[in-house]
Amino acid sequence: MATVAASPSYAGTESGEHTGLWSWLTTVDHKRIGVLYLYTSLFFFLFGGLEAVIIRAQLMGPNRTLVSAEMFNQLFTMHGTTMVFLAIMPLSAAFFNFLIPLQIGARDVAFPRLNAFSYWVYLFGGLFITLPIFFNAAPDGGWFGYAPLTTRQFSPGLHIDFWVLGIQILGISSLAAAFNFITTIINMRAPGMNLMRMPMFTWMSFVVQFLVVLAFPVITIALFFLQFDRFFGTNFYEIGAGGDPLLWQHLFWIFGHPEVYILILPAFGLVSEVLPTNSKKPLFGYPVMVYSGILIGFLGFGVWAHHMFSVGMGPIADTVFGLTTLLIGIPTGVKIFNWIFTMWGGSIRFTTAMKFAIGLVALFTIGGISGVSHASPPADLQQTDTYYIVAHFHYVLFGGSIMGIFAGIYHYFPKMFGRMMSEKLGTWHFWLNFIAMNLTFFPMHFSGLLGMPRRIYTYDAGQGWDTFNLISSIGAFMLVFSTAIFVWNFFRSKTHGAPAPDNPWDAATLEWSIPSPPPEYNFAEIPLVESRYPLWDLTHPERTSEIPHTHAGWSDQEKAADAKPVHIERDRRSAKELGIPMPTPTIKPLFVAAGIIVMLSGLIFIHKDDKTVAAALIALGATMIVGFLYAWVTSPLEPDHH
Amino acid sequence: MSASPALDHIEAGAHGHHYTTTGLDSRKIAVWAFIGSECMLFASLISTYLIYKGRSVVGPFPHEACNPPVCATALKPILNIPVTSASTFVLLMSSLAMVLALAAVENRNLPKPTLGDRILGSSKLWLWMTCILGATFLGFQSYEFTSFVHEGLSIRTNLFGSSFFTLTGFHGAHVTVGVIWLGTLLAIDYKRGLEPGDAINVDIAALYWHFVDVVWIAIFTLVYLIK
Repeated sequence: MATVAASPSYAGTESGEHTGLWSWLTTVDHKRIGVLYLYTSLFFFLFGGLEAVIIRAQLMGPNRTLVSAEMFNQLFTMHGTTMVFLAIMPLSAAFFNFLIPLQIGARDVAFPRLNAFSYWVYLFGGLFITLPIFFNAAPDGGWFGYAPLTTRQFSPGLHIDFWVLGIQILGISSLAAAFNFITTIINMRAPGMNLMRMPMFTWMSFVVQFLVVLAFPVITIALFFLQFDRFFGTNFYEIGAGGDPLLWQHLFWIFGHPEVYILILPAFGLVSEVLPTNSKKPLFGYPVMVYSGILIGFLGFGVWAHHMFSVGMGPIADTVFGLTTLLIGIPTGVKIFNWIFTMWGGSIRFTTAMKFAIGLVALFTIGGISGVSHASPPADLQQTDTYYIVAHFHYVLFGGSIMGIFAGIYHYFPKMFGRMMSEKLGTWHFWLNFIAMNLTFFPMHFSGLLGMPRRIYTYDAGQGWDTFNLISSIGAFMLVFSTAIFVWNFFRSKTHGAPAPDNPWDAATLEWSIPSPPPEYNFAEIPLVESRYPLWDLTHPERTSEIPHTHAGWSDQEKAADAKPVHIERDRRSAKELGIPMPTPTIKPLFVAAGIIVMLSGLIFIHKDDKTVAAALIALGATMIVGFLYAWVTSPLEPDHH
Repeated sequence: MSASPALDHIEAGAHGHHYTTTGLDSRKIAVWAFIGSECMLFASLISTYLIYKGRSVVGPFPHEACNPPVCATALKPILNIPVTSASTFVLLMSSLAMVLALAAVENRNLPKPTLGDRILGSSKLWLWMTCILGATFLGFQSYEFTSFVHEGLSIRTNLFGSSFFTLTGFHGAHVTVGVIWLGTLLAIDYKRGLEPGDAINVDIAALYWHFVDVVWIAIFTLVYLIK
């Protein structure tokens, strides 16, 4: 295969403009922001993994004393919080940022500076909630933070304050990004890229943004109530004042269940790119895949109380939520079968990405089946708060989301960094990861059904749990080893990998029609899209003959756009040479994000009874926000071309 | 395009002046998504208020008197429906003024032969009117909040106080943001005049303003009118 020069001529044409720390702090390029998301979330993934390993070392045998009970609470709380909010969501965001504009034929997202803002809020919020663990002050109320346990009366100290404010900050980041991507997908598609031609990853991302937009405000309000209870003495979660102990649980899970689809649907999207490409067949049942993705998102709002069967909601509520939970298995099962039918009869190429994608199909199915088993309230009563639940959600989140994200990283690494990852190390990573993952989480089904509760920091011998825990811990240590192979492969390949061609996997979608890595402007000419698989139309027309095509009948709107038929881009000139206007890099979004952190840090000092410091921080933060926001909205996005 | 760059470029969407799929300005789509999100925010607040309705263990209560021994002294129902009806009317009228302000900006360049045309076509007048009506609503709200506190209801008193002040406080904060937003538009209007090309800026502010107004109709009905 042809290779391109390692350092493409369009990169770094003006010295300093495209390299160095300042260029990263001020970047508004969706691809670079995607890379920032990727690095940061991989860091948090390793951090959350380290917390998990300490948990497994503590639970390796009965009555171990590696960590105290207090530290154990912080570890499992931060493991969950980190993996959900700081690792899997932003790993997905890395792909949203990098891929969505490329897949729809756009030059950037709709609001590039808002995009940078989302990233910086995420980074600062992640540090805000993570750093306290070094001072023994990390959140310790579980990732779900159940009130009234987390009210001031039962959780004094700063732990929960950091959690409440931290999740609030991260919500700002997710919401801003969701508004941005919804607008991008609705309004920035290339001419001819109608909704039923969008690549499946973009489709699933589109659904996820709606889930974020509709689910996050609910947790925002639940957190505001808790914040007001803790800081200002309101009564939302005060049982003595008549408060309802289930209010938090309902609000949290109305957010929390859509949240699990926020975590899994991007991975579904990624494997829906990897499987057809490596089976050399179009995705089986594309429209049904779209509809089932939408249906999963929709039903996801109607199943929240299956997290609460054990609180005694009564037979009607239990039945309704049991049924809706069973229903959601249908569109999910449809997806599994469609992936299998995509591979069926294809000429499969077992790249590392393909192995991880098939891994997702297998492991997510196991997690899905155990999930259906707790749709039944009587069965769920036996399973609630045991390691069986832990086994279930690690099969869907590790076996599903993380396997899918690894598939995405191996598949898209060449496009992101212009070099190939080592397939040999990738294969080692996959098999070790696959074996270790099952070794860690499969025994938890047994320890759970034998009655081992979640979140206990130690246990006595002789309850039948010892061997299963030992196996789980050995699996966890193996995961460290397999992840180390991945990290080595990732960084080694970035500098030493073979230079990547434009389309190393012979894929069909627009992101593979441009150089690897893509130039800052993405598309020298905006593509005119005529089918769902534009590149296969050029190279393998027999594969797409049954897909609907349009060769004429463009709307006036589309005709007016200066677009060219899809082609393999050979132009390597810079944006300036091509006369493409690019957004001006700016530091302002970073400072607005910093202002939010400074302002909310002030609240921490209210609790410490240091009112002067609190007032000063809040005033400083507010000034930063207003000042830099003003500078931001009054400065043009692109340089003036008068 | 106008001479002053200020606010001409409010996050115009990358290459927003070029092709967009729908032909709409990206900002408008983003504001609609934002409003969708705000619906869930207020739905959560209103639901909590309704769930906690009638569950306070001490007074004052919204629609019922509280007599000893439940309360130390006899307390009247606290909601003042006539005053709030007046403030609701004021807020509804502000939406009318907002509509006229947007129309005035859009039709700036049409000839205005009569005095009536000139009044209807004054964007400054109608923006001022919207701001003043919004600020009047906030005045009513601060009067209401202070009188409640004097009558013994604070955000810490009971479940009603916590959920009422949080719900209406969130709404008041939204009105405040709206008044400031309209104030910035007014500042531009004085600086260089809002042209039909600026209509999108007024349009998205108006979308937000009407949304905040509609939320108040829900709050007024569910909190004040239904006993």
